[in-house]
Amino acid sequence: MANGQAGAIGERIRSVGDWIGARFPISSMWREHLSEYWAPKNFNFWYYFGSLALLMLVMQIVTGIFLTMNYKPSADEAFASVEYIMRDVPWGWLIRYMHAVGASFFFIVVYLHMFRGLMYGSYRKPRELVWILGMLIYLALMAEAFMGYLLPWGQMSYWGAQVIVSLFGAIPVIGDGLSEWIRGDYYISDITLNRFFSFHVIAVPLVLLALVVMHILALHEVGSNNPDGVEIKKHKDETGKPLDGIAFHPYYTVKDLVGVAVFAILFSAVVFFAPEFFGLFLEHANFEPADPLKTPEHIAPVWYFTPFYAILRAIPSKIGGVTLMGLAIVVLFLLPWLDRSPVRSIRYKGWIFRTAIAVFAVSFLALGYLGLKEASPTYVLLARIFTFLYFAFFVLMPFYSRWDKPKPAPDRVTYHHE
Amino acid sequence: MNRFIGFLALALFIPAAFAAGGGSGIVMESHNDVGNIASLQRGARNFVNYCLGCHSAKFVRYNRVARDLGISEEDLAKYLMWTAEKPHETMDVAMPADDAARWFGRTPPDLSLIARSRGVDWLYTYLMTFYVDESAVFGANNLMLPGASMPNVLWELEGRKEAVFEETVDDEGNSHEEFVEFRQLTEGSLSPEEFDQFATDLVNFLDYMGEPMQLKRQSLGIRVIAYLLVFFLLALALKKEFWKDVH
Repeated sequence: MANGQAGAIGERIRSVGDWIGARFPISSMWREHLSEYWAPKNFNFWYYFGSLALLMLVMQIVTGIFLTMNYKPSADEAFASVEYIMRDVPWGWLIRYMHAVGASFFFIVVYLHMFRGLMYGSYRKPRELVWILGMLIYLALMAEAFMGYLLPWGQMSYWGAQVIVSLFGAIPVIGDGLSEWIRGDYYISDITLNRFFSFHVIAVPLVLLALVVMHILALHEVGSNNPDGVEIKKHKDETGKPLDGIAFHPYYTVKDLVGVAVFAILFSAVVFFAPEFFGLFLEHANFEPADPLKTPEHIAPVWYFTPFYAILRAIPSKIGGVTLMGLAIVVLFLLPWLDRSPVRSIRYKGWIFRTAIAVFAVSFLALGYLGLKEASPTYVLLARIFTFLYFAFFVLMPFYSRWDKPKPAPDRVTYHHE
Repeated sequence: MNRFIGFLALALFIPAAFAAGGGSGIVMESHNDVGNIASLQRGARNFVNYCLGCHSAKFVRYNRVARDLGISEEDLAKYLMWTAEKPHETMDVAMPADDAARWFGRTPPDLSLIARSRGVDWLYTYLMTFYVDESAVFGANNLMLPGASMPNVLWELEGRKEAVFEETVDDEGNSHEEFVEFRQLTEGSLSPEEFDQFATDLVNFLDYMGEPMQLKRQSLGIRVIAYLLVFFLLALALKKEFWKDVH
């Protein structure tokens, strides 16, 4: 009898499923993007960061929804409302730390995800659009983080925003009007806070979600690259399944679950034991309420912007610095057309390209470090050297990627069964 | 790959090694322990008796302090609640802000988050390095914050001490006054050890006030990470099982 009941319930669920299936492409979507999305079987450590970035996006949205319930976007109340969340709202402190630390972890994950693309040539044809959509996500993410950072209305929120918005003032003719238009006022004020709040909680997240969907759709159209940088679609079995491909679900869903576990442990270690992360994730000066009359001695943006901030300060003229900072992002968009190497992956590229990537990685980290420090003559000199190296990586790529002597790439992916 | 991760970790950690120093460059390490409830209770007493007259802690509720520090409602009302009627009120000051600004040159800052913006070592050094300076408005100066507008309110406890400076000339020929040592002028009501304990307890309470949930945060963190380790092992076993058929 129990069996009969279970059977009847199963029957009922199936009929509801059929009803939906006849009206919505749920099963074809499941197949296309999960159970029959053929991903190369040789993904390594670096391939965790895509799914982790998605996890961070979801976590930021969910924690953000709960923060918005108690946060007050007004110059008079913002700072106190954050402390109210930290002290009086049940579990508010945890949600707030997850969101604030989450912003930094989001950038760590995204930087590693981008570096993966750089190493294995994931931006190369036919994945140019995947790369460009990813870069647009990165831009939107920077806007999201920048506007979110103003909301706690601490000293660094205020003065960081003041410095960054005033950069737009360097643009000839329209500059001053433009920065005034962004602020909605002559200085960062309650009006600015309100509009940044509006952008942070609705406008930019909508753009981000749309871009992420497009990024994944574009990826699934062309298929994933892999650490060998060879095309798995070249060798298919009689059913059309790539020989070196495995179903994303269940193989990569269970694998990514392991990545999620390790990531969650690291994330928890910071949230629970070092949420300020030595003043890098939550800056000390930001525990003082914003004071428009008191400029802090040392203004530095949060760490994930500092590489670009260092480039800005390396140039003696403001307009030159702003231009170069913008170009530092623009060159990343052009990457698919700068690389002329016959192979995609760093595994088969020659010593010139490998050295170039290493120099670029060191330059980026060094600029990030210098952007946190005061602009002393030595640091500025170093920032100039690393700015030069940063750009040399891109500008010279069309040349050295051709001079470079790559090793022959294999026909099929390399995979060692554990 | 591993080398790269190590490098990244290093790059993130380096700035922490260059904590900013004070005016004299001397920073004394605070040995406060937020887990020490007796110290926090003494610190709370010190705070309401010596700080709360001028400094508010407007995000801190009396009853939260009582609950976290194991203080009964009666004791709270009797010994700590000087500036409030009801236990759920926050630690405000009676002194009008305008008067305070006129008397001291600036309104004494709210201390709710001072341990998070300044750091405990800064606070401890600040409390320990007041010295007699007749040229200052209130007759006292400070090594951590030269020209501090706060009078040395703890002088009765610590006694008066003077600072000995030495004239030094650096490589570029500029002369600097370098701090050498303190000399005790008058005895305080507390011995040096007792005063050190007083300052440590006070810093401890300021540290607690900055982030009242920090003890809870850490004990919860251990449980969360323990759970996640189990989850990791299960996820790993699941992955291995599925991946058996990938060749």
